[in-house]
Amino acid sequence: MLIAATIAILVVMIMAIVRGIMGPTLYDRILAVNMFGTKTVLLISLLGFVMGRPEFLDIAIVYALINFISVIGVLHYSDASIFKRSDQQKK
Amino acid sequence: MDTLINISSALFLLLGSFLCVSGGVGILRFPDFYTRMHAVGVTETLATAMILIGLMLQNPDGLVVLKLMIILLMTLFISPTASHALASAAVHNNLMPELDKKEDNEKETSSNS
Repeated sequence: MLIAATIAILVVMIMAIVRGIMGPTLYDRILAVNMFGTKTVLLISLLGFVMGRPEFLDIAIVYALINFISVIGVLHYSDASIFKRSDQQKK
Repeated sequence: MDTLINISSALFLLLGSFLCVSGGVGILRFPDFYTRMHAVGVTETLATAMILIGLMLQNPDGLVVLKLMIILLMTLFISPTASHALASAAVHNNLMPELDKKEDNEKETSSNS
């Protein structure tokens, strides 16, 4: 069941990558990256259990923090004028 | 007792995988940014909680359960915060939801006729 859950999460990560490539707006891409990061945390902890090394959970904790910081950082820049101008150029 | 724990862990993992896959299908097939964010944001916290609880039942070691609890708490705080920041940034930068005006007009005309 651990391996089945790992495969399901890998499939979901591929779906998130497809949306990140296809995404029509910037925010779709940020959403896909956020989902990808959360699923990566789950994948790391599941892989630790599959390989019998639960020490991987430390890496999962650090990855969750990095994911949050990266999403908030990109959103902070999206309020700046760079991304606004690119949005207005699209319109 | 051992088989009961194994079966409940497998059930939690299966439910979490199903919720993950439903979120993935939602992010691919929904028509709009906000509906996609609904699919991801709703399934993300519950799927993560289910899978982490399933992993907690796999290993009765104290430190591992503590680390999994830390990951679960951080995800439960971080994921809604990121979703809220994303939605407010999208609204702030004038990303409007796609409203299906055509279907509404058809409904109105059909109800009028």
